[in-house]
Amino acid sequence: MTTTSDRDQLAYISSQAADARVNVELNTGDMTLNIGPQHPATHGTLRIACRLDGEQVIMAEPMMGYMHRGYEKLCEVRTYPQCTTLINRIDWLGSFANEVPFILAAERLMEVEAPPRAQWIRTILFELSRIANVALFLGDMGVQLGALTPVFFAFRDREHVLNQIEAITGGRFHPNFDRIGGLKDDIPRGWIEETKSVMVKMRTFCDEMEDLLVGNEIFQARCRGVGVIPADVALNYGMSGANLRASGVDWDLRRDANPGLAWDQIDWRVWTHPDGDSFARYWVRLQETREATYIVDKLLDGIPSGPIMAKVPRIIKVPAGEAYISTENPLGEMGYYIVSKGELGPFRVKIRTPSFNNISVVPWVMKGVYVPDVITILGSLYFILGDIDR
Amino acid sequence: MASESVEETPLLPDDVREAMLTSLSEALGDALVESYLRPHEDLWLRVRADRWQDVAQTAKSLGYTYFGFLSAIDWEIAPEGRYENTEFDGELEEEDSEPVVQSTSTGYAGGDTRFQVIVQLQSPTEHTAFHLKTDVGEDNSIDTLRDIYAGADWHEREIHEMFGIGFRGHPNLHPLYLPGEFEGHPLRKDFPLLARHVKPWPGVVDIEDIPEHLEAELEAQVMAAFEAAGGGE
Repeated sequence: MTTTSDRDQLAYISSQAADARVNVELNTGDMTLNIGPQHPATHGTLRIACRLDGEQVIMAEPMMGYMHRGYEKLCEVRTYPQCTTLINRIDWLGSFANEVPFILAAERLMEVEAPPRAQWIRTILFELSRIANVALFLGDMGVQLGALTPVFFAFRDREHVLNQIEAITGGRFHPNFDRIGGLKDDIPRGWIEETKSVMVKMRTFCDEMEDLLVGNEIFQARCRGVGVIPADVALNYGMSGANLRASGVDWDLRRDANPGLAWDQIDWRVWTHPDGDSFARYWVRLQETREATYIVDKLLDGIPSGPIMAKVPRIIKVPAGEAYISTENPLGEMGYYIVSKGELGPFRVKIRTPSFNNISVVPWVMKGVYVPDVITILGSLYFILGDIDR
Repeated sequence: MASESVEETPLLPDDVREAMLTSLSEALGDALVESYLRPHEDLWLRVRADRWQDVAQTAKSLGYTYFGFLSAIDWEIAPEGRYENTEFDGELEEEDSEPVVQSTSTGYAGGDTRFQVIVQLQSPTEHTAFHLKTDVGEDNSIDTLRDIYAGADWHEREIHEMFGIGFRGHPNLHPLYLPGEFEGHPLRKDFPLLARHVKPWPGVVDIEDIPEHLEAELEAQVMAAFEAAGGGE
């Protein structure tokens, strides 16, 4: 038995509604919400200060620097081979891919070219680190939206790829395997067959992700039309990689500005999506991961024989000059602008990282979105904090 | 340099970059100071600092709508050197007969000032790229490119705190990475790397020789294990 009758309750509710109708003064001022520095969506310590009006973001300002390690300054007091140890730690999920453009830029200044076998193995390792890196994104995007299963699948299957990287380089996360003029070592026996079976597993993983997330109604509802970035804005901000291709720009440095690696020796395709929303970014990365497994398969079939190291002097001195080389890394365009003065180490290194430009679009894209979508957009832009802060 | 590795191959003329250079220098007119082209590799243009914004606008209208990066170079030679004055590096100098001479050049396309700002722009349709350089004059500031390329916003903030270069017209040049109370501009060559002052670079110390009395013992152990595993089969 209730003390108030249904009639009384109705009267109370309607009086409240009437108050709402005549605009009773409530405190509706703006509110500041800090997302991060510690948040699963930030892949490190990124803080986003959001100014909220109700559920809507009216201003979002990313604040970085929690992980700034000063690599550009540190490179100035190291020799070229020592630098690769540092730059391994920029994008820590796809470390090998970080080394390649730096080594290529140094090779260009020295006018040394790695032998074809080294270039092919470099390309294979590059694609393996892409798979290991993006696989984690494919699962992690589910976590941002409340689906916990995919990320466990991602961690499970990434392990296979890391094992292959470990088998050849000895390091799971930071191989430090690339050398000026070639590679440290050749591939071990039986590695090719094993890698092929791992690629089959990774294709199964991609299919699972397609079933679990892409085909999922809730996932689509949370991602479609959220965080739309038109092509001209993406270009203006210098976004790169899958983020750019998801905005419909058909541009892949592997195809369009290949700095000498083996991508132009095989057939593969570049995936784009016209929508530019969070779903498109996920979809493009999923297709690219699957494409990367085919690229690895094709490259494994055609590794040329020969040496893995060109003739380089024991003590590496790079002639004076400037060079900029960028490659299509898992996160986007990563490049090194090296200024050399003919010494043992570089005079100045500018590290152009993909995440820095990709995240600089956040204040633009977050304007007017709802709070839960902030996480969706951050997750779909996919950045690594080490890659922003350097 | 190993002289045998240098093979003289006749370089074909780089038509793409030649055409880029022609069209850009026509469009830029007297704003262009100097240019440098490395065939099949890259293109550098040095422009006047007072026409910096016009130049970017022109480049954008020519189809270079993709903003690559913006950075700066400090051409001063660091007073602290490269912190390489260890025993090991002394040995290197003797072994390698060529002495390390730091060239006094100021890079491709020249330069007159201590600081230079460099921008890379790309064309998303032609897939070509080039670098724009400009000298930063006495007042240590140039115009912002933020209104032309939105991506330049953060890059200019970074350069402002790291090099102390000002960007006229930039509304919020507050620090991006460094804490607010930080003093100095870390990427300037005269900013000392404090970590190396506190603890000098160890050089070769971390690769210690195995003591002689242990070496034979270790070798015997390795050989025993090798034999036990079936020799060289």
